[in-house]
Amino acid sequence: MSPDPALPRIPARLAGAEPGGAPPPAPPPAPPSAPPPVAARARPAPRPGRILLWTFGLLAILFLLAPVLAVLPLSFSAGSFLHYPLPGLSLRWYADFWNSDFWLPALWNSLRVGAGAALLAGALGTLAAFGLWRGRFRGQAVVMAVLLAPMVVPAIIVAVALLLFFGPLGLTNSFTGLILGHAALGAPFVVVTVLAALQQFDPVQLRAAAACGASPLRAFWRVCLPQIMPGVAAGAVFAFATSLDEVAVALFIAGPAQRTLPRQMFSGLNDSISLTIMAAAMVLVLISGLLLLAVTLLRRAR
Amino acid sequence: MTAQKQGMNRMAEPLVRFEGVRKAYGAAASGYAVQRLDLDVEKGELLTLLGPSGSGKTTTLMLLAGFEMPSEGRILLGGRDIARLPPHKRGIGVVFQSYALFPHMSVAENVAFSLEVRGVPKPERARRVERALSMVRLETFGERRPAQLSGGQQQRIALARAMVFEPPIVLLDEPLGALDKALREEMQYEIRSLHQRLGLTMMYVTHDQQEALTLSDRIAVFEGGRIRQLAPPRRLYEQPENAFVAGFVGENNRLPGTVRSHPEGEGRDRAIRVMLDGGTEVLARPVDAGAPGSRCVVAVRPERVAVAAILASEMGEDALSARLAEVIFQGDHVRLRLSLGDGAEVVAKRPVGGGMMPEPGTLVSVAWDPAHAHAFAAGG
Ligand SMILES: Nc1ncnc2c1ncn2[C@@H]1O[C@H](COP(=O)(O)OP(=O)(O)O)[C@@H](O)[C@H]1O
Ligand SMILES: [Mg+2]
Repeated sequence: MSPDPALPRIPARLAGAEPGGAPPPAPPPAPPSAPPPVAARARPAPRPGRILLWTFGLLAILFLLAPVLAVLPLSFSAGSFLHYPLPGLSLRWYADFWNSDFWLPALWNSLRVGAGAALLAGALGTLAAFGLWRGRFRGQAVVMAVLLAPMVVPAIIVAVALLLFFGPLGLTNSFTGLILGHAALGAPFVVVTVLAALQQFDPVQLRAAAACGASPLRAFWRVCLPQIMPGVAAGAVFAFATSLDEVAVALFIAGPAQRTLPRQMFSGLNDSISLTIMAAAMVLVLISGLLLLAVTLLRRAR
Repeated sequence: MTAQKQGMNRMAEPLVRFEGVRKAYGAAASGYAVQRLDLDVEKGELLTLLGPSGSGKTTTLMLLAGFEMPSEGRILLGGRDIARLPPHKRGIGVVFQSYALFPHMSVAENVAFSLEVRGVPKPERARRVERALSMVRLETFGERRPAQLSGGQQQRIALARAMVFEPPIVLLDEPLGALDKALREEMQYEIRSLHQRLGLTMMYVTHDQQEALTLSDRIAVFEGGRIRQLAPPRRLYEQPENAFVAGFVGENNRLPGTVRSHPEGEGRDRAIRVMLDGGTEVLARPVDAGAPGSRCVVAVRPERVAVAAILASEMGEDALSARLAEVIFQGDHVRLRLSLGDGAEVVAKRPVGGGMMPEPGTLVSVAWDPAHAHAFAAGG
């Protein structure tokens, strides 16, 4: 899954409000955030505009999902070749995935790295967003731009930079290095979702907390954080998803012990095309689907 | 009660003292929000900061609460300079205009928060929360969320939250500004009664003069970052020290004129002669009016204006003749709009059922006791 969440809007004062500062990168174009409006039930004949909207929306979804939908049934093939029609249905490739020394450890690695990156990005991204929201300082827009850069800078560039930087520090071929790298890629999503959550938070509450005797740290922990938690969680889920389908950094930083699922798929393609790779792809899609569901539920909880 | 309380505390040192405090947001060149503040708050009093919007009331409150830093001067709390103390260590209770209740906590948790922060053990916490809630008559609402309460109830919770840890002083910034009129009046009495029952020291900000008069032991009238007068409500109303205070607190007829004599008499009888622009000479109590020949304004409260259905010449030398322009019924009183000869207008207030009412259009005479006519320098 490519995590292109319906990004909440960045507050205007942060998004390049500072004159002279480097223009912050625009976040990647977000798909329309609202779900297609539900047609009113009582209406007998929907207006043409509505029909057009639905048609266009469904076409867009089809365009995005068609390749996935076309390929995934192959994972249930009883045969061993990448073509239709399927000779028969079976779960043999899933059994193969489950018993493989090549795929299963990679799945665990992916989940471990993803969880670590999500936690780290969640914590650091939240603090960064809070600081940007709270503070008034020179160069705010620049800080914002740097924080969001990994969202637009090509992954390969980040990967090369990390390799050169981590090498001397001994962080290549390590889980720590991979988690740090993925956290940097995921943090922008947290910054954006938390900033959006903070827009709903009344800063006078922090003064009220201080008047009650709470230190700034305590006020943040007890008063602010619980209220922006849905934003933090949504950001962390995006960070997890980013890590889950990331290949470039994994190729450069991960050693044999840290191979993640996408990275194995990448090398699996080179060697021999076994249909197990389709089963692996299905597993990834499934996890991504669950994450998407989690974000949707978080949205609703707000 | 008020006079007694002040008498008792006159000797003791004030609870709060502002000493030459100034505050500029940003560069001083762009002006001071608080110009120069010397103000004592006595223990147990309810002191109101009254003034138009932008006059520096909130700034003064936030300086004491610690959310703003003074540019100059000192602020003492219980004799101690609190300049370096961050807000959460000052132990001052604050009620914000927007309530600022914590929406994710129950009402009881909101009130308990300051006790939780102070490490008060749970059983005692519960007891004190219950007592605070019953003080604001919301003891059965502890389990609710703030969003489930009405505006007036939320305001009372904010009050309970600010008082529960027994701070030496509670600051209230326009706490009733968002409530409708009836509820506002009810809350005024409630705050006043809490203040009296608990002997709480309060510093109260409002731009509503009626509210200030109802609630306060003393009122500081702010204008442009300065205190223009500091006095108990009655004195402020009856003896304003300048035209700004006279105009801002209560209603006033303002009659322009020229000073004609130096003050004569002593104390209450001290008076000057003023030639009103309409041509009548009247007596007035000089406040800050200048020397003979200078321009001034004579201010008279509508309720001090006597109206008689006889000609001015028969009533006495200080009476003015006027034509009754309009009688406006206002429920508990009627207002009489009276035109003086030169186009100036005087408003008089009369209780309903206060004798015969002349018909609009008739010639009447208008007079007042010189002790209730205040002469201010013009343009003040
Ligand atoms: N945070 C701030 N930054 C800059 N100027 C401010 C700030 N707060 C208040 N001011 C200015 O200071 C003056 C006094 O404001 P304030 O104390 O809020 O007045 P009041 O509470 O009497 O309405 C106003 O001119 C206002 O514009
Ligand atoms: Mg204010």
